[in-house]
Amino acid sequence: MICQVCGKNEATVEFTEIIDDEVKQLHLCDGCAKEKGIEMEQHFSISDLLAGISGLDDKPSGEEPPLKCGKCGMTYTDFQKIGRLGCGECYDAFKKNLLPLLKRIHGSTRHIGKSPKEIDETDGKKKISEAQELRQQLQRAIDMEEFEEAARLRDRIRALEKKAKDKP
Amino acid sequence: MTLGELWGQTGEWLKGTGPDTDIIMSSRIRLARNLAKYPFPHWASAGQLEGIISDFEGAYKKTDYFKGALFLRIDELDSIEKQMLIERHLISREHIANPEHKAVLISEREIISIMVNEEDHLRIQVLQPGFNLHDTWKLADKIDEELEQNLEFAVSSDLGYLTCCPTNAGTGLRASCMAHLPALVMTKQAGRIIQAISKLGMTARGLFGEGTEAYGNFFQISNQVTLGHSEEEIVDSLERIMKQIIEQENTARNSVFANQRLLLEDRISRSLAELKSAKLISSEEALNLLSIIRLGVDLGIMKGPDRNMLNDLFIQIQPAHLQKKEGKRLSAEERDAVRAEFISKKFNIQPIL
Ligand SMILES: [Zn+2]
Ligand SMILES: [Zn+2]
Repeated sequence: MICQVCGKNEATVEFTEIIDDEVKQLHLCDGCAKEKGIEMEQHFSISDLLAGISGLDDKPSGEEPPLKCGKCGMTYTDFQKIGRLGCGECYDAFKKNLLPLLKRIHGSTRHIGKSPKEIDETDGKKKISEAQELRQQLQRAIDMEEFEEAARLRDRIRALEKKAKDKP
Repeated sequence: MTLGELWGQTGEWLKGTGPDTDIIMSSRIRLARNLAKYPFPHWASAGQLEGIISDFEGAYKKTDYFKGALFLRIDELDSIEKQMLIERHLISREHIANPEHKAVLISEREIISIMVNEEDHLRIQVLQPGFNLHDTWKLADKIDEELEQNLEFAVSSDLGYLTCCPTNAGTGLRASCMAHLPALVMTKQAGRIIQAISKLGMTARGLFGEGTEAYGNFFQISNQVTLGHSEEEIVDSLERIMKQIIEQENTARNSVFANQRLLLEDRISRSLAELKSAKLISSEEALNLLSIIRLGVDLGIMKGPDRNMLNDLFIQIQPAHLQKKEGKRLSAEERDAVRAEFISKKFNIQPIL
């Protein structure tokens, strides 16, 4: 493999770094790795962060099985190695260890901001799904050139959307 | 839009329009989103990755934003084309490292691009010219909302949008501005300002070139934290910081203009002479010289070339774009020769100074 920075020398070093939004797996030659060394100090890596949180690196005792995500099969040890999670459910499976990590990265463990419409409120869920269903029927009606039916569906969708919007 | 049309056009973000576009070349919003039913890309099977691509294809076609858009599978592009997409800021370097089961959707004027199966299932990018963070966010928000009508995203009520790397969880939002700061670099203040920015939860890095090197005095400044603040708060705080940076750059420009006018004019005419007559020129060199010309135009010391042409040049002189123009692979030295010839032609036909 050729060095990904200079594109000339044979890559001898492999490392993972995180620069703001991107986890980079880089293959570098010795020279470029040295140059990168200076730069790397300014960015943090997941393993550095994990190392900085006491207790989290403790090996699980024989009786306690390692944390494992029931959906995708990733273990917490996998995550420590890769620095990336396996699926959305991993957040729940590794919650105990992830929350301190999130706190360290973001200074917070609570999302403030937008969410998909459906989870805005439990009650809203059904109404949106209903609207979605109607929208599909509407598309079908238009495709079949059933314009009266389409107009009727359109009005029902509007009414539903208005109701969802007006909710306090 | 076809691939040929894409290569032939100038992306909207390079048009040199929009507020404060002399200093802020463009504003960008990026949202990380994942589909609830699949593992994250690096942990997914080939079949699952294909499922993600086809689910996304089905969903984007139902929105109003992608009429005439281009949907590309990365593994169907040749290596020069892949590189060109990076040079145009439409995809990341990581996206071509393993091109199998990866795709990108590009809107007609290159304002919107969505990478599929990069680190997250979807990386929605909106890129606009000038200092325009709020409008850019609003557009990203709308696209997100439309996609979510037909895709179920991975979310939790506590942690918001769930991402492959915990550094992106919550809003999944990365807002950034590409700033041209030649006067701050010239007056040796850029380092201090970058340090100050990092204390405020933002990062700055060079836009062109690798690592910390900021070729052409272009910096990309973005938020670091994605959890615990709303999207509007994140956009607002970046906007506030950028306003201060604009002010500092303007102060530095005025001071250089007032106190070192002759020195400045000297640098500008030397840069111009080099651009007009060089026979070999690296992209680093070219970017740095073009940056000085851009400053000269901004300060009214030079009448032309216009910003649109200069911005476009920053992209056209990149290695893959040059090779595409020549229609073949070129060695580094051949590229430097072709680049020098291309630039010199551009500058020799423009009435300048
Ligand atoms: Zn190297
Ligand atoms: Zn999982």
